[in-house]
Amino acid sequence: MNKISVIIKREYVTRVRKKSFIIMTVLAPLLMASMFVLLPILMMNQKGDFKKIAVIEDNSDLFKGVIKSTKDAEFVYLDNAKVEDLKKTFVKDGYYGILYISPELVHTPNAVYLISSKQPAIGLLQHIENSLKKEIERQKLLSYKIENLDEIMKNVETNVSVQTKKLDETGKETGTSTGIAMVLAYINAFIMYMLVFIFGAQVMRGVIEEKTSRVVEVIISSVKPIQLMMGKIIGIALVGLTQFLIWVFLTMAAVTVLKTTVLNKNNTTEIAQSVSQNLMAGDQQAAVNAKTANISPEMAEFSKLFDNAMNQQWGLIIICFIFYFITGYLLYASVFAAIGSAVDNETETQQFMLPVMIPIILGLMVAMGTMQNPESSVSFWCSMIPLTSPIVMMARIPFGVPYWQIALSMVIMLITFGAFVWMAAKVYRTGILMYGKKTSWKEMWKWLRYSG
Amino acid sequence: MALFEAKNVTKQYGNQFALDNVSISVPEQCIYGLLGPNGAGKTTLIRIINQITGPDSGELFLNGKKLMPEDVQFIGYLPEERGLYKKMKVGEQALYFAQLKGLSKPEAMKRLKYWFKKLDIIDWWGKKVEELSKGMQQKVQFVTTVLHEPKLLIFDEPFSGFDPLNTKIVKDEILFLRDKGATIIFSTHDMESVEELCDNITLINKSKTILEGSVDEIRRKWAAHEYDLIFEGDVTIEGNGHYNILHQNKDNNKSIIRLKTTSDIKSNDLLQSVMKSGNLLSFNPALPSMNEIFIRVVETHN
Repeated sequence: MNKISVIIKREYVTRVRKKSFIIMTVLAPLLMASMFVLLPILMMNQKGDFKKIAVIEDNSDLFKGVIKSTKDAEFVYLDNAKVEDLKKTFVKDGYYGILYISPELVHTPNAVYLISSKQPAIGLLQHIENSLKKEIERQKLLSYKIENLDEIMKNVETNVSVQTKKLDETGKETGTSTGIAMVLAYINAFIMYMLVFIFGAQVMRGVIEEKTSRVVEVIISSVKPIQLMMGKIIGIALVGLTQFLIWVFLTMAAVTVLKTTVLNKNNTTEIAQSVSQNLMAGDQQAAVNAKTANISPEMAEFSKLFDNAMNQQWGLIIICFIFYFITGYLLYASVFAAIGSAVDNETETQQFMLPVMIPIILGLMVAMGTMQNPESSVSFWCSMIPLTSPIVMMARIPFGVPYWQIALSMVIMLITFGAFVWMAAKVYRTGILMYGKKTSWKEMWKWLRYSG
Repeated sequence: MALFEAKNVTKQYGNQFALDNVSISVPEQCIYGLLGPNGAGKTTLIRIINQITGPDSGELFLNGKKLMPEDVQFIGYLPEERGLYKKMKVGEQALYFAQLKGLSKPEAMKRLKYWFKKLDIIDWWGKKVEELSKGMQQKVQFVTTVLHEPKLLIFDEPFSGFDPLNTKIVKDEILFLRDKGATIIFSTHDMESVEELCDNITLINKSKTILEGSVDEIRRKWAAHEYDLIFEGDVTIEGNGHYNILHQNKDNNKSIIRLKTTSDIKSNDLLQSVMKSGNLLSFNPALPSMNEIFIRVVETHN
């Protein structure tokens, strides 16, 4: 046991002292912070391509002025133009496209088309469709000759925003936010993926280094192969945790600093607004409350968002994250260690990497799908299968997962992890002393069954 | 009494025998040569002694007791392929290996300083391994091997890469360690150093032991029936019923003759019969070099 701690210490200290570690540790949070802060600004200020679109109606002005210009597109109504003529010249005239509306549209839904040289964006089409639809509806209503129609229409116009509340067994309600859950699911899954993959690969490189420099023979004459393997895996896990914790703190600090100094106040509120709009799709109640309480509606939304975020089961998330990081990392790191032991240099790892990468990437993809539909059976099974469960389960937890499922997934994980470490140790023990032989899966299977 | 014994050790990789019923017995305070062509199974045997890998069958004893995993602290191993972390500093690295062998940090530090000074590498303490020459690296590795004062030392090709001066330094250290009580298993292809250092040897070929015993005995046994004679001046002798002349050379007013007896003539009688031919300067039973023996034994076995 004492020897394992000597190995862990060396693995940890040599890595933490490396320049690349220090640089990465300092730079990564800066990059992340700038992503969090700059990305929304970029998105806010994004002008996009401003498009001019020529609108032509066939000798009528039924829809004149119906489609309002937006910040992305301007709609220019050309009265006496012919589609056939304009088709030849619209690009030269600086138009993005020609929207042709036939008066038949009132009766025939597809009597309108957009001619352009490029595939138009979906948002643009939706804007056009919505505007025309509303106008046709209005005109149809008009034909019934209802009195005070305009007033009625104004009264009828409504806005709906579904509030979600989670009800637990005791009947306690907690306000939740699907948006927050999605963001959390995304962050959980992605960090899990990065940590498992980056540090798993480091284990592999470490093993290859020891093998090619022949250090391994000296060490194996002092300690058991499994001690060396586990010492390396644990040492690197600690490096990962250290880096992760420093990142969390530095990112928080950097975000705060950037927000207060670099950004002016307007921008901040704008971001807050856009964030809350995206996440909550508007929240009238909060706005109303805010008005009566004399706080700006943005602040109110923000604080509600914050409350919802606090309502997440943070304890559960953190415990599960640590559990799945440790077991998931150990599982993959032991596989990576076995691969590292089986090859003579890093270029040879390719053929073994693919089968290992597939479940990790599959896990990430299912995790992304989980955000759309956390209850789907694919998500359920992938959160049980140990190769994908660390990533997928972490994406599911913010949406609420029954405890029995978490427990079952953890038990499966523990059993598999044990089996994988055991198998990896067997392959590793033989592999690290094999040189100059191209290793295949078949060969590794044989090593598994060697005795002593 | 034997410090280390291996009895009927067999190891197979798949269908291939790496060791087939090999036994060795290493007396205490002896330098024991482990010889054999490339791929004969020496490294496998050394790995089994170091418990890097286990035998399929057979038993190993250290000091009369069955070899246990904890016994690694009594064994020091210098592998053929030197292994050091290239990016790690020399001193730290030596300290790390010492701790893996179970030495406490202060004790390891004290002994390291002693050895680094003795081998004149103390200036390299803070340097990275990759900055060192090959010979320097080997000295460092040598120190890490002997630092925990093991009872049994295993050197696999300890002199490869050393210049003659450093070879001598390391040879002297090996003899010094032996005199202090260590037992040494020594694997090499350099037969001159076998003659110089080894007391006993085992020759392994194609996973089997084909020759073993003390170096002197083996050389005498293989030398039987051959003699080197040196006469003053120009002397020629003819073969007779008792001996054949293998070759005669004249050099510097001396005649050097090798003959092989064909009957069981006693060396005294042989001496008397050749003395008549001229002024005899020396008369020696010709001991074949270990090199010759190695080649002949292995070729016959193949």
